[in-house]
Amino acid sequence: MSPTTLDYLLWGALPYVVLAVLIGGTVWRYRYDRFGWTTRSSQLYESRLLRIASPVFHFGLLVVIVGHVVGLLIPETWTDAVGITDGMYHVTALSLGAVAGVTTLGGIALLIWRRRTNGPVFSATTVNDKVMYLVLVAAILAGLATTLLSAVAGLTGGHETDYRETVSPWFRSVFYLQPDVAAMTAASGAFKLHALIGLTLFALFPFTRLVHAFSAPVWYLFRPYVVYRSRDEEPTPSTRPIRRGWS
Amino acid sequence: MAQRIGKVMAQVAMVMNLDKCIGCHTCSVTCKQAWTNRSGVEYVWFNNVETRPGQGYPRRHEDQERWQGGWKRTATGRLKPRAGGRLKKLATIFANPKMPSIQDYYEPWTYDYEHLVSAPLGDDIPGARPRSLISGEPMQIKWSANWDDDLAGGEELAANDPIVQKIGDKVRFDYEQAFMFYLPRICEHCLNPSCVAACPSGAMYKRAEDGIVLVDQDKCRGWRMCVTGCPYKKVYFNHKTGKAEKCTLCYPRVEVGMPTVCSETCVGRLRYLGVILYDVERVGRAAAVKDEKDLYEAQLDVFLDPDDPEVQAAAIRDGIPERWVASARRSPIHLLAKRFRVALPLHPEYRTMPMVWYIPPLSPVVDALSESGHDGEDAGNLFAAIDTLRIPVEYLAELFTAGDPGPVKDVLGKLAAMRSYMRRINLGEEPDESIATAAGMTGADIERMYRLLALAKYDDRYVIPTAYGVDEADRGVIDEIGCSLDFEGGPGMGGMGGEAPFGEASGRPQPASVETFHALRDRQTSDGRSGPARRFNLLNWDGNGRPPGLFPERDQKNSPGRDQKNSPGPDQKNSPDRQDGPEPEARRNTRDGGHLRGHGESK
Repeated sequence: MSPTTLDYLLWGALPYVVLAVLIGGTVWRYRYDRFGWTTRSSQLYESRLLRIASPVFHFGLLVVIVGHVVGLLIPETWTDAVGITDGMYHVTALSLGAVAGVTTLGGIALLIWRRRTNGPVFSATTVNDKVMYLVLVAAILAGLATTLLSAVAGLTGGHETDYRETVSPWFRSVFYLQPDVAAMTAASGAFKLHALIGLTLFALFPFTRLVHAFSAPVWYLFRPYVVYRSRDEEPTPSTRPIRRGWS
Repeated sequence: MAQRIGKVMAQVAMVMNLDKCIGCHTCSVTCKQAWTNRSGVEYVWFNNVETRPGQGYPRRHEDQERWQGGWKRTATGRLKPRAGGRLKKLATIFANPKMPSIQDYYEPWTYDYEHLVSAPLGDDIPGARPRSLISGEPMQIKWSANWDDDLAGGEELAANDPIVQKIGDKVRFDYEQAFMFYLPRICEHCLNPSCVAACPSGAMYKRAEDGIVLVDQDKCRGWRMCVTGCPYKKVYFNHKTGKAEKCTLCYPRVEVGMPTVCSETCVGRLRYLGVILYDVERVGRAAAVKDEKDLYEAQLDVFLDPDDPEVQAAAIRDGIPERWVASARRSPIHLLAKRFRVALPLHPEYRTMPMVWYIPPLSPVVDALSESGHDGEDAGNLFAAIDTLRIPVEYLAELFTAGDPGPVKDVLGKLAAMRSYMRRINLGEEPDESIATAAGMTGADIERMYRLLALAKYDDRYVIPTAYGVDEADRGVIDEIGCSLDFEGGPGMGGMGGEAPFGEASGRPQPASVETFHALRDRQTSDGRSGPARRFNLLNWDGNGRPPGLFPERDQKNSPGRDQKNSPGPDQKNSPDRQDGPEPEARRNTRDGGHLRGHGESK
C-alpha cells in the first residue's frame, strides 16, 4: 500500500503544523496569559469524589504517558539487543497499557460525571473545557481500542500490525525531519485514528487548562522551603503591560 | 548584646489591642470592599473578626489535628510542614487531602432582589430569597463568616471551639458566667511562613524588604497546598481564577507610608503598625525550639533592638535604609512586643513565627471589682483579681502562649498596673512608682504605654516608612496603576466587554492597586483641593454636557458637528466635549482617573 496524497498531508505535513501550534501556542500563552495558567481546580466545590477520581485519573495517565514514551521512542532493535523477545515485550506492554488505560478512563469518567452532576462544578465548566474533555476522552478510547485490538490479535494468533514497526518509526522520523509516511500508512485504522485524535489533542493543548501539566512543580523538591523575593519594581508608564487587543 | 547579629531584615508588623475591640466588623467590611468584593472570592475575608470562644472562620480552623496546618518539629529537631514534606506534597498534588471545602467557610449568597420588582401583582409583599453565589440556586443560609458572633448559638456552637474542648470545664457558658471577646484576624505575615513552604510552584514569597507575604498571581498554578499549609487558614482559593489569594497587608498603601485599610478604618483605634528589625539567621532555630511554651520567648529573641548601635550598623550593612532603621526605633510594635512585653503572638505553637500580635483583653475587671464593694482600680485588688478573671487566663494562654499562663498574667498585670498608676495621676495624686515596679515596669514606661494604648494618636499608632529599593528620595514612585474596577468585564471603562478566551479571568490582570496612592495621600493631608481636579461632583451637575469621566470617550469622527473652537485644551482630540464639564483640567488617560472613587476617599 503506497501512500496517497492524503497520507502525505496527514502523516507528513500535519505533525509539523501540530508541533508549530503546540510550541508556538504554549510560548504565546505563557507570554500573554500567565494569569490564566492554572489547574482551575474545583476542589473547593466538591472534594469527596475528586479525592478518589482525580488521583486515579492522573496516576493512570502518568503510566500511560510512560508507556507511550517507551513504545514510541525506544526502537525495537534496542529491546532486541538486551534480549527482550517480542512476546515478552507485547505481553507486558499490553497488560500494563490495558490496566493503565482502563484506570485512566475510569478516572476521567468519574470526573466528568462529577462535573456534570455537581451544580457548582458544572457551572464552572466552560465550552473550552467541554471540547477538551471530548477530545481527551476520544483519545483515551481510541488508544484503549488499539491496545485491546492488539491484545485480541495476540491471543487469537491473528496478525495485527505491530505499532513498533509502523507508528513508532514514523513518530521518531517526524523529529528527524524526514517523516516516514509509508510506515504510518501501513498501520491499522485504529492506530491512525488514535494518532489523529492525539494530534488534535496536542494542537488544542496550549489553549486549554491542560497547560497545567507543563508546570508540574518538580522544582519544588529542590528548593528551600521559604522563598524570599525583592519587591517588584512597578512598571513605569512606558513599560506598563498593554491590555490585550481583542477585548 | 551577647549574640552575634546575623543578617538583619525588616518586617512591617501589626499589634492589635483586644481590650478595645468592640466587634463592629468595620475592618472586615472595609477590607472586603477594598480587596475581595469580586466574584470568586465572595466567601473570602482577608480580615475577619471572631467572637471567642467560638469556632472561628473557617469553622474550627485551629484544629490542626484535622487541618494539618503549620510546622511540626521532627524527632531530630528539624521543622517539617505538618501536612507533609515535599515528596508527600507532590504525591498528593492531584487532590489535596486536607483542604477545607466551601462548606467549612460558608456558602456565599446574595438575595433575589429582582423578584422585588418583577413579582406579579398580588396580596403578599414579595420577598428577596437568598440565592447561592456558588450554584445560583435558592438556598438556606446555615452559616457565615461570623455566624456565632457575640456567642450566638450559645454553648451549642461555642462548645465546639477547639480551645474550649482542650481546656474543658474552665470555660463557662451559663449566662451569668459567660464571657466573650473579639479576635480580629488577618494574615500573620509570618517570619517562617508555612504557606510559602507548602507552595509547589514557588509563587508565594516573603518580600525581602518588608516581610509581607504575597502570592505571585502569574506564577500560582492553583495547586492549593498553601491553603492547607497556613494554620490560620488565611490563604484562600479564588474559585473563579483558580489562584490563591491572601491578605496583602495592603502593600500598595504601606509602600507609601499609609496604614492598611483595616487599620485606617478601625473605629476603636486598636491597631498598630510599625517596623521590626530581626535576625533572619535566628528564625529557623527559634521556630524549632523543643518546648512549645518557649516559642514566645524564642521569637522575642529573634527581634533586634533598633536602639542598639550594633544592630543599626548591621542593618545598614545588610542594605536597610537609614530611614527604616529610624522608623524601627519609633516602632510601636517594638515598644509593645519587646520593650513593654504586653503584646503576644497568636498561636506560637504553629511555629510559623507570626507577626500580627495581640494585647490580651483585661475583661471588665474594674466594674466587677467595684460591684463587689472593692476599689476597682486599686492596684492590689486588680492584681489579685487577675487569677479569677471572667475570661480565663488559660483560654488566653492557649491562644497566645501555647498554653503557658505566665506571660499572659504578666501582661494583664501590666495593663492593670497602668490603670492604677494613671488613676493616681488623673486624680492629682503623687505617682506611685511601686505600682509600676510590681508589674515589672517603670513609671515612665507606664506613661509611655498609656500614651500609646489609651490616647493612641494616629502618628503614634502607624509608623510606616515608605518602600525602598525603588526611589531613595522617599517620594516613592508608585505608578498610577489604573482602576481597580478595570478588570475583565468589570465596571471600569477599560474592561468593558469581551469574553476571556480560556475561561474566566484568563488574560493579563491589572496589577493590584486600590487607588492612586499619592493623590490619595495628598488629598487626605491637604486642607484644600489637591492635585489636578479629577472628580466631578454629581451634585452640581445640571444634566447638561458631558462631564469628564462620566461617560465613555466619544470618537471624534462620530461627533464632527461638535463645537470645538471653545475647547483649546490639550485633550481636545480625546474629548471634544470637555468644555461642557465644569473641570476642564487635563485628564490624559481615561483609565487612570475620574471614574474611580478610592476607598479611602470617603473620609
